[in-house]
Amino acid sequence: MEWMVWTTSTAIFFATIAALLLGMTAWEIASPTVERKGFLPIATTRGDRLFIGLVCAAYIHLVVVGFTPFNLWLALAVSILWLVILMRWG
Amino acid sequence: MNHKVYNNRAWWLILPMLLLVAFSAIIPLMTVVNYSVQDVFDTHTRFFTGVEWFEATLNDPALQMALLRQFAFSFTVLAIEVPLGIGIALLMPKRGWQASAVLILVTMPLLIPWNVVGSIWQIFTRGDIGLMGWGLRELGYGYNITRSATDAWGTIILMDVWHWTPLIALLCYSGLRSIPDAYYQAARIDRASQWAVFRYIQLPKLTNVLVIGVLLRFMHSFMIYAEPFVLTGGGPGSSTTFLSQSLTTMAIGQQDLGPSAAFSIIYFLIILLVCWVFYTAIMNLQKDKQQKGT
Repeated sequence: MEWMVWTTSTAIFFATIAALLLGMTAWEIASPTVERKGFLPIATTRGDRLFIGLVCAAYIHLVVVGFTPFNLWLALAVSILWLVILMRWG
Repeated sequence: MNHKVYNNRAWWLILPMLLLVAFSAIIPLMTVVNYSVQDVFDTHTRFFTGVEWFEATLNDPALQMALLRQFAFSFTVLAIEVPLGIGIALLMPKRGWQASAVLILVTMPLLIPWNVVGSIWQIFTRGDIGLMGWGLRELGYGYNITRSATDAWGTIILMDVWHWTPLIALLCYSGLRSIPDAYYQAARIDRASQWAVFRYIQLPKLTNVLVIGVLLRFMHSFMIYAEPFVLTGGGPGSSTTFLSQSLTTMAIGQQDLGPSAAFSIIYFLIILLVCWVFYTAIMNLQKDKQQKGT
């Protein structure tokens, strides 16, 4: 594992992603998703919305890091908020 | 809505593939992410840099230009190759020995490795010994891919069209072959024009293969490396330096592993987004069509 040059922050990042995937699997087994249409222009399943949310989060972070003076935690907060909105009403 | 009961146990069948992909793609990608937030000299001597590399990469004018050129290139070749490929597929003979002969001829460029394609075109475009370079010069056009950015661009696009249009043509050909004759008979009974047959029978039936074709061509062209590298070396100046070449220069030429890791992740995110948008858009078009059909 040493060659992978882990850091605490990336470990937390990947652990979160893994936890999300496991959580989604458990949720899917407990109550299977129904494809539905929210405010997004396409009908989506729960997994679709999570994927969209994560991709959005990546881009939000890139924009904040690259082109704004704001703090990275703000990007994280906005991303989580957006992910929640997407999952609930997307 | 259908009321089939899904049995999800079949998902276990992809487990071997998943392990393979984990080994060949996911774990290396995780390593890239780790590299992107550090300055690594060796596994023991490394410094955490946070998002510094990302900030630098996103604000690097050379890389921004490379990204714009990359998009311009990808969309130009798609805009040429897709209609041209469909056209060629429509013109290809459908049966007999001619069909096999044309198939082989059309497939030929696909079998040539990238760097060989680059070399072929490098010689082909030379002013002294290359047929095209010499010919254009004799016709009075001062063609020179090492001096004129327009010439270099035109040649790279022409080269890509020559190399990859056959892929689209072959995919479309197979798509056309799978349309049952009954459709054409119905069209003949209705006295449908050739355009109507194309627009309402052939094109809709080609959607599936075109999705694959457009996706493959987009990804290929977005990652294009060897051909322009051999043909123009990214020049004149940096007018044909695309993303992968900038990345290689950074990662292998300068050994800047941190910045190139950050760059790779941004590159990956762009490809991921574009492919997802393509895929979703076209899959939804199809879904709409099916709902209208029923």
